[in-house]
Amino acid sequence: MHTELELTCILCPMSCTLKVSISDAGIDVRGNQCTKGVEYAKQEVTNPVRHVMTVVRVRGGDIPTVSLITSKPVPKNCIERVMEATAYVELEAPIELGQVVIKDVCGTSLVATRRVRKAT
Amino acid sequence: MSNLIEERYDVVVIGGGPAGIAAAIRATELGLKTILLENRDVLGGIPLQCVHPGFGLHYFKEDLTGTQFIHRFFERMEKIGVEYITSAHVHSIEYRDYMEKVVNVITRKGVLRIYSKTIIYTVGARERTLFEIGVVGDRPDGIYTAGEAQTMMDIYGVLPGKDVVIIGSGDVGLIMARRFALEGARVKAVIEIMPYPGGLMRNVVQCLRDFNIPLLLSHAVISIAGKKRVEKVTVVKVDEGFRPIPGTEFEIACDTVVIAAGLRPNIDLLERLSIAIDPATGGPMVNELLETSIPGIFVAGNALVINDLADYVVEQGEKAAEGAKIFIENSGIPAEEWKPVKRGRNIRLAIPHYISGERSVTILARVAKPEQRVFVEVPEVGYKTFHMAVRPAEMIRLDLSKDALSKAEKSVTIEVKPIAYRA
Amino acid sequence: MHRYRVAIVGAGIIGASIARILSMYENIDVSLIEKEPDVGWGVSKANTAIIHPGHEEDPKSYPLRARLCREGNELWREWVRELDIPAKWPGELMVFTSDEEEKAAEKYIEFAKVNKVPGVRVVYREELRALEPTVNPDALGAVYAPTAGMISPMEAVIAIVENAVENGVKLFTETEVFNVRVSANRVIGVDTNRGFIEADIVINAAGLYADKISNVVSVDTWFFIKPRRGEYLLFDEDVDIKPTRILHTVPTLVTKGVYVVTTVHGNLMIGPTAEDLPVDAKEATSTTREGLEYLWREAGKILKVLPPRSRVIRTFAGLRPEPPNGQWLIKAYDNPWGFVNVAGTRSPGLTAAPAIALHVLEQMKRVFDLRLVKKEKWNPFRKDIVKVRNRSIEEIDRLVETNPDYGEILCYCRMVSKAEVIEAIKRMKAIGVKTITVDGIKFRTYAGMGKCQGSFCRWRVALLVSKYTGVPLESVVVKRSSYGVGDVKLLLRGRTAKGQG
Repeated sequence: MHTELELTCILCPMSCTLKVSISDAGIDVRGNQCTKGVEYAKQEVTNPVRHVMTVVRVRGGDIPTVSLITSKPVPKNCIERVMEATAYVELEAPIELGQVVIKDVCGTSLVATRRVRKAT
Repeated sequence: MSNLIEERYDVVVIGGGPAGIAAAIRATELGLKTILLENRDVLGGIPLQCVHPGFGLHYFKEDLTGTQFIHRFFERMEKIGVEYITSAHVHSIEYRDYMEKVVNVITRKGVLRIYSKTIIYTVGARERTLFEIGVVGDRPDGIYTAGEAQTMMDIYGVLPGKDVVIIGSGDVGLIMARRFALEGARVKAVIEIMPYPGGLMRNVVQCLRDFNIPLLLSHAVISIAGKKRVEKVTVVKVDEGFRPIPGTEFEIACDTVVIAAGLRPNIDLLERLSIAIDPATGGPMVNELLETSIPGIFVAGNALVINDLADYVVEQGEKAAEGAKIFIENSGIPAEEWKPVKRGRNIRLAIPHYISGERSVTILARVAKPEQRVFVEVPEVGYKTFHMAVRPAEMIRLDLSKDALSKAEKSVTIEVKPIAYRA
Repeated sequence: MHRYRVAIVGAGIIGASIARILSMYENIDVSLIEKEPDVGWGVSKANTAIIHPGHEEDPKSYPLRARLCREGNELWREWVRELDIPAKWPGELMVFTSDEEEKAAEKYIEFAKVNKVPGVRVVYREELRALEPTVNPDALGAVYAPTAGMISPMEAVIAIVENAVENGVKLFTETEVFNVRVSANRVIGVDTNRGFIEADIVINAAGLYADKISNVVSVDTWFFIKPRRGEYLLFDEDVDIKPTRILHTVPTLVTKGVYVVTTVHGNLMIGPTAEDLPVDAKEATSTTREGLEYLWREAGKILKVLPPRSRVIRTFAGLRPEPPNGQWLIKAYDNPWGFVNVAGTRSPGLTAAPAIALHVLEQMKRVFDLRLVKKEKWNPFRKDIVKVRNRSIEEIDRLVETNPDYGEILCYCRMVSKAEVIEAIKRMKAIGVKTITVDGIKFRTYAGMGKCQGSFCRWRVALLVSKYTGVPLESVVVKRSSYGVGDVKLLLRGRTAKGQG
């Protein structure tokens, strides 16, 4: 069994075009401009993962929402579950940068990426 | 007889997004009396509403969300004690003299007349509108520019719509496609008039392909229909001349249209000072310290050229601050001679427009057409690097040292040559 | 329930003007009924905004139009001063580019004489260029009519309604009349989507729908209104082609020609086209590629230089109410007693509006035998919202001192302050607008009318509407529908039951 495919690496804006060769011998990656691209390609063809980013509502803050991101990327087919976990969350200001807002979803948690101060 | 409050500064920074904040921090660090003006009631500009990562890869060597990225600069501002005013709108700029500009600012406390030796203009870009892209038909509710949709969603927690068509595949449009899809909306299509995507390939993958959102290249939305709110758009295929091909029209039912058809440097205030503009960038012509054709007025960020990365915007802000320092200390930017930067084969735009050859320079350029396996060269200084692929959406960065640039005699030319190119 | 003396159907320029005139009298209480969320959103919203001199009206075929046009032209000069409506009086040039066009234009000199329109004469090449340097040097000449002017029609309707309401008129918005009730051959009121409004006299000023209202009472059943669509190109304020005078091509049977003007807001505008649509196409305000291309071609005939296409900031279309044979139907009926038609008031309807209102009053006095008593305390004056735009920095500083909200600029393109937006919201509430819309604020303050067409400021205006009306941001109405469809988690909540995740 031998598959050849082309991927775009999404780790950084270089967006290198990777040529990936999958065979019984393993996964061979070419076209990367850094080593991270090799890991990315291997992950992408076996178990693609993604970060998920969103916002949830905040009461009493200087901005009415706080932005969140997954601490670790989650499997692509888990993205929906992560999003659904945010459906009913509403927080109270203040929120610190890095504060864990939602725990234990798809093996990771969602942390705040914006500071929300109490509204004056 | 004027009751207006008058103040004196070395540097006035207009616009409190990443470019302006970086400029104000650097200018303050360099010992210049600096004030930062921001029209909104919060600092941070666009990164404040960018909840996705991809920021800081160059500047911090970390992958941060826009929000995390701008917070780093807030922290630095607070630490250093950068002076700033929010809810402050620049009414007009007057050029009095070489070392004296006047910035008239409307604030809640009255009009401030700021006399300053230099100005750093970092107001950012504006978005192209429905009418600029020639869409006809009805003008119902439910049409937003991408930036507006992003502010609604990611600052104010409002969902603009449920069934969305996005016009334009630049990064802003792609990012918003993903945001809509994540929140459960249906993005019916992203319509792109060019035969290739307008944004970074990584975004095409993680924003469209991941969500099975169709990307229709060489297509255009020609009209919108809807009584109260959008009901449908009519899409057509276009030829190489971007003309609609008759008989290829079809409709897409939707309740929301998001226009991500491009940004333009917002240079209204400067145009009134008769500043030299580069039609290729839509922004001012600048020298290597980002000084415009008006002595002591500097530009950085999206007001100078539409950037892909906030990291570059920050670097430009810092460079402009350094330029302001040099300008003040030397009563002008010292240079034997200003040499033009010329655009060679397949280079659509490049900044800066003039270099002295006495300082190291970072040139940022964009190609006109995508190409694979090419060299980007500056023949006069012997610069040559290989690129697997060059795309209009992805700025090319050339870091040229002072030694290399000193070899240039009359001008430097940036050009793109495919590997097998024969002149 | 309250019984009004008069119910006016339609708060466009005609209905509003009639309301103002009637509000001068003691014993006439007026209800002004409008189906849209705000006043002036029909024909009055999208037209060329010209106050015509009256030399283009054939006195033999259209004597009423000719007379009321000239009278209206004079009356507007008073009204814009009393009501603080932006206006200018640059005069107009009907430019001809061929001998045939010159011949066709000659008849307007004759009309001017009969209609007593002052100062109308032909100007040729050098004088034409001196009067208007932006005109095409190949033009042979023009018919110059110095008494032509321009106003801001939306602001005019708003100003007139504010003044009318201050003088006692009651405005009903989002109230659609679908029937006029008649009993024993007398009008007794109108049925609307919000119930019955009792009134002795019903004045039909329903614009494009005036035929529908008229047919309900079965008078003059030959009457119908065909919408005539006109498309427009609007350019940004920094375009340097700005004719001082009103320019237009020689009229044809169907249209007054294509106009090239600088609006009172300082924008170059080209239009309209003139396309007859079927009777029931009363909402067809869409623009078309062909229509807009036609405008570029026509403008090219009379302008020396055309602006670049990239400087178009808005394209729009309006519908004009075209009656059979172009004849206005202005009539007070004694059967059913109390019904008045003011219908099919196509061009020069805007120009004639104040005169039409006075003419309607005369008809009503005569047919309904009204005894009118003038109010002692009728206030003719109304002041516009104080704006920072176009003021000196010293004046702005003084304004900020009186109200710090003048110091917060929300709309960069047009320099509109928070104070103006808040004042617009207050005024909308004061006249009785039920739903504060972002568009209503746009027409009162210009926020959103600049280069960015609202991409910077619309959410800022919507936030203020939300704050001052208690409506959540997503539910703020832009024009006729809400800004957002709901909270950002709306759809995800629909997918999951509460308590999960």
